[in-house]
Amino acid sequence: MSTVVKAAGTPTSAKAQAGEIVVSSVGKSYGEGQFVKEVVKDCSFTIERGKLTVMIGPSGCGKSTLIRLLAGFEKPTSGSIKINGKPVTGPGKDRLVLFQESALFPWMTTYDNIMYGPRARGEDTKEARSLAEMLLDKVGLRAFRKKYPTQLSGGMQRRAELARAMINNPEVMILDEPFRGLDAMSKELMWEYYSRLYEESGRTNFFITTDIDEAIFLADRLLIMTNVPTQVRAVVEIDIPRPRDLVSLVDDDRANEVKMEALSLLHEEAMKSFAGGSKAAADFIEAYSKRLRTKKE
Amino acid sequence: MSSSRRSFFHRSTLRAFVSILVFVALWEVGARSKQWFGIAVPWVGNIPAPTAVLHVWMGLVRDPGYWQSWYLSLLRVLAGFLTAMVIGIPLGLLMAVSRNFNDTFFPTFEMLRPIPPLAWVPASIIFWPTQELSITFVTFLGAFFTVVINVLGGAESIDVRYFQAAQAMGASKWDTFRRIVLPATVPSIVVGSSVGMGITWNVVVAAEMISGGGSQAGGNGGGLGYFIWNSYVGGAYEQIVVGMISIGIAGYICSELLRMLGGYLTPWLRTR
Repeated sequence: MSTVVKAAGTPTSAKAQAGEIVVSSVGKSYGEGQFVKEVVKDCSFTIERGKLTVMIGPSGCGKSTLIRLLAGFEKPTSGSIKINGKPVTGPGKDRLVLFQESALFPWMTTYDNIMYGPRARGEDTKEARSLAEMLLDKVGLRAFRKKYPTQLSGGMQRRAELARAMINNPEVMILDEPFRGLDAMSKELMWEYYSRLYEESGRTNFFITTDIDEAIFLADRLLIMTNVPTQVRAVVEIDIPRPRDLVSLVDDDRANEVKMEALSLLHEEAMKSFAGGSKAAADFIEAYSKRLRTKKE
Repeated sequence: MSSSRRSFFHRSTLRAFVSILVFVALWEVGARSKQWFGIAVPWVGNIPAPTAVLHVWMGLVRDPGYWQSWYLSLLRVLAGFLTAMVIGIPLGLLMAVSRNFNDTFFPTFEMLRPIPPLAWVPASIIFWPTQELSITFVTFLGAFFTVVINVLGGAESIDVRYFQAAQAMGASKWDTFRRIVLPATVPSIVVGSSVGMGITWNVVVAAEMISGGGSQAGGNGGGLGYFIWNSYVGGAYEQIVVGMISIGIAGYICSELLRMLGGYLTPWLRTR
């Protein structure tokens, strides 16, 4: 097998670069005393500059907790998170998070939502406004600039939110299962759309998902997580050339090889929590073992 | 606009008219003959018939004293309601935003809230120098607690992701308040104020009855509540019904105006 699977837990000590995030020995637990629940344990990885790193793991494994730590909404119980060599102390516009469900402000039109960041910082300038216009075109929402979020489809809302994040020109974009809940068709369209935006910008992206097809289509690097308390189980470099296209990826040997390997690791992790009686994990096993079987046949 | 105008002759409008017509017809028949199709209905017979009420009403429309009653009640409702909004909205927002402020004022607020506004009438008459101020104060209380509790509830239930998104994009505390907390609370303010408006009408009428209708008591200028009470004392039963229907109409107009204003303030809820 030619896949490069590195042992996890070796934080790179490379020189700090713009948009590089180094997570070292991070732990996070909630509650106190006998009710303490360890969600993240001794977790280390690096989000490399200019790359699209995808994190995949069983649902309920603590990925969203990691996002909140990276975004600075919460502080780790132990260990450290550094961006460009400086410790993360709180939220900042160098890292922007796209949440699972739309967090567009319902009382603002598409245009006002996109302009929120610049206006909030008192930068309602000509440059910001023309950037907003450009982004409206880029995400294909020019005709919907005066519509409220409830008037947009699920896919449009995600695109509006991408634009609202991009106008702030963050060094890192963090996306927490952003396309969850979209129908299969819009989801695949969003993958192509989003990967094109990423390829154009060359910005550091960190993407969280539970969908293996999504992960392989998008990722430069794939972090496979263990079950809760979460750690990096394996790092897979996905060296399929860009731009990728969904149809040819189905028959791509390299893609299928990575997929099989990732699935067997995920399956193993999911089994562990199944022993612990987690409902989410049981669902996960069922879904993935079905896919594994059909693949092997 | 055009669609709502077309729907004026829609089935639901028709049903509403039929419903009112049947109600008035039953009332008329019951009041005149004291029976409905052979079944005796003694209590309906004690109520003046709608045609009699209408006849008296036609006479009252030319009486400035009747309109003075409208004017006085409306004035008290507006004064009480607007004061409740002006004090209640900032208070609710402040309680939602500041933990310390909430800890300090919420217990007192919660202790005063269950006291019915009408229980305040005697105390209010003693406290305030004029009858007018006492009635307005009681009216204010009717709307105040509802407005505060709605604003507080609305502001506290704002999704935390909106704050996180705003914070991540570099919003200051003030900007977050102005452009997240305030607009997100507007729907609750609208609901609170329309409920508060209804209570205000309930309260003003009762307060006028109890207190004797203000400084001009004895005449026809004590507000709609006093108008009803005075008609009862004087045995003018048709006038009682006129007063009741007048309050219904006045309350409906106030609620409808508030709904229109509320719709204008929350354009994002009108969509879809």
